[in-house]
Amino acid sequence: MKALMTIWLSAMLLLFSSLAQANLTIEITRGSDRATPIAIVPFSADGESLPEDVAQIISDNLERSGYFAPLPRNAMYDRPTSGDEVRYGQWRALDVRYLVVGQVSRAADGYRIRYELMDVSGQRRMLGESVSAGSNELRSGAHYVSDQIFEAITGIRGAFSTRIAYVTAQGTDQDMQFGLYVADADGHNSQQVLNSREPILSPVWSPDGRKLAYVSFETERPAIYVQDVGTGQRAQVASFDGINGAPAWSPDGRRLAMTLSKDGQPDIYIMDVGSRNLERITNNSSIDTEPAWAPDGRSLIFTSDRSGGPQIYRYSFGSGQTERLTFTGNYNARGRLSPDGEALFLIHRSNNGFQVARQDLGSGRLVVISETRSDESPSVAPNGTMVIFATQQGNSGVLGAVSADGRASYRLPSARGDVREPAWSPFLN
Amino acid sequence: MQFKSHARTLAIALSLALIAGCSSTGGSRDGSMDGTRADGGVGTGTAGAGQVSGTGVSGDRAGQQADGRIPDVRTIYFDFDRDTIRPEFESVLVAHARYLRSNGNARVVLQGHTDERGTREYNMALGERRANSVKRFLEVQGVSPSQLQVVSYGEERLAVRGNSEDAHAQNRRVVFAY
Repeated sequence: MKALMTIWLSAMLLLFSSLAQANLTIEITRGSDRATPIAIVPFSADGESLPEDVAQIISDNLERSGYFAPLPRNAMYDRPTSGDEVRYGQWRALDVRYLVVGQVSRAADGYRIRYELMDVSGQRRMLGESVSAGSNELRSGAHYVSDQIFEAITGIRGAFSTRIAYVTAQGTDQDMQFGLYVADADGHNSQQVLNSREPILSPVWSPDGRKLAYVSFETERPAIYVQDVGTGQRAQVASFDGINGAPAWSPDGRRLAMTLSKDGQPDIYIMDVGSRNLERITNNSSIDTEPAWAPDGRSLIFTSDRSGGPQIYRYSFGSGQTERLTFTGNYNARGRLSPDGEALFLIHRSNNGFQVARQDLGSGRLVVISETRSDESPSVAPNGTMVIFATQQGNSGVLGAVSADGRASYRLPSARGDVREPAWSPFLN
Repeated sequence: MQFKSHARTLAIALSLALIAGCSSTGGSRDGSMDGTRADGGVGTGTAGAGQVSGTGVSGDRAGQQADGRIPDVRTIYFDFDRDTIRPEFESVLVAHARYLRSNGNARVVLQGHTDERGTREYNMALGERRANSVKRFLEVQGVSPSQLQVVSYGEERLAVRGNSEDAHAQNRRVVFAY
């Protein structure tokens, strides 16, 4: 089924491929050995031919999270579509712990999705709901159902209804084309946000999920822009002498931390987006860059080479003090905190190359979680379960994703060119 | 003593004549960057790439050029994690300094680059450090700061793709973009 799905996906990509489309496919590279067995039975379609296979989208979402191992369809003897059709003994025999059944039917304004989540060993219904989806929103409906199932079982809010932003690069070095895109978290429904012959980097979502800040070289120098994703309207907010880079939104969405070298060398500044007032945070002869806010807004982490090579530091607003956070190895950069503020995801240089690592801030222990070697730009899902990043596959730039515990991973290659600089949106619903 | 001063006068006169002859080239540029791309080193970047090991031959040639022409070699290379000017490239910088001192209206953008390893924004800062190294060297040679601008591209404009040390070495560079 998976192979067929991949073929179908590739065929669809070819069919709809155009310059404006830069959809990403998903290739699972590693499943977790702790994944919970679950069966998502194909939903009935009332004789309709539906544009999407809702049960397959739910199954793919849950599998990608690393928390679940979906039963292949060809192992399902029975195809119940409602809770009262379920014969638990069968599913217990298949070692399945949870079961999802459902029906999709047409409604006046689109579709109705009815689903039920069953606890197999407890032989009971855990969750059941009827959801409306607009005519073009069947995928969104499936993502919503995935979120509910994920949270009901794990207690963690689902992040399947979120989006990613990313940069594409195509062409040869004398004639490159860059694009900034947003897409669903599973790579579908990509939309172009910016097209340029000059580099684009460091996109970041505002906390309300409506805007992207990014760096663009379209004026032949780096400048920071803020763009409304829905309307396309944008403003240039920083174009000082030297570097204007690494924007990062404060949790209240009112300020942008950024790297500016206008005063002699790259330092961290905070700009009030409304007034454009600047507050300087670091002032020394070293490189200070790649700021990121703590979720509680009380501190800023950033990369600094003040000790001789890049390491990650934390500046606390209350005390005005800066403390060093990373001590393992001689290159630790581009830190991003987990939503609970207790883990730091970063790029760590080891003997294997540059890899995504997680440092538990309580213990200080650092663990490499990716298996690839030229990693960059990690971005954490808003529920903290997954980290998306840029890496290499052969000669191509692709996106990779790994679960926070390192157990499960997948790749998102692009149909055309290189992909890089991913940014995971906040919760959007 | 007398012979020397005559020779110097002659040299100055000759230089002035050459500069006058080449002034159209300098004037039309007027220090503004050409067209859509700050990629002034395109042609010479390739030439430079073959000289990564730095034999100094190019430097000699650059030294013998008249001050009216922009020196041919417009790319210099750096060691891994370093922004210090390698000795074999000093003569290239000296040649550019001579050109800039002799052509007060000439402007150059020093483009700093890194190899693709490591994080993008940190590399942006490293590229700027390299270009600033070159800028400082030129200023020490008497070039006016107003003629020099620094832009870093970090790892965004790789000259050579690939994961070999050789490819990386060809990307760690500063390009003179007139």
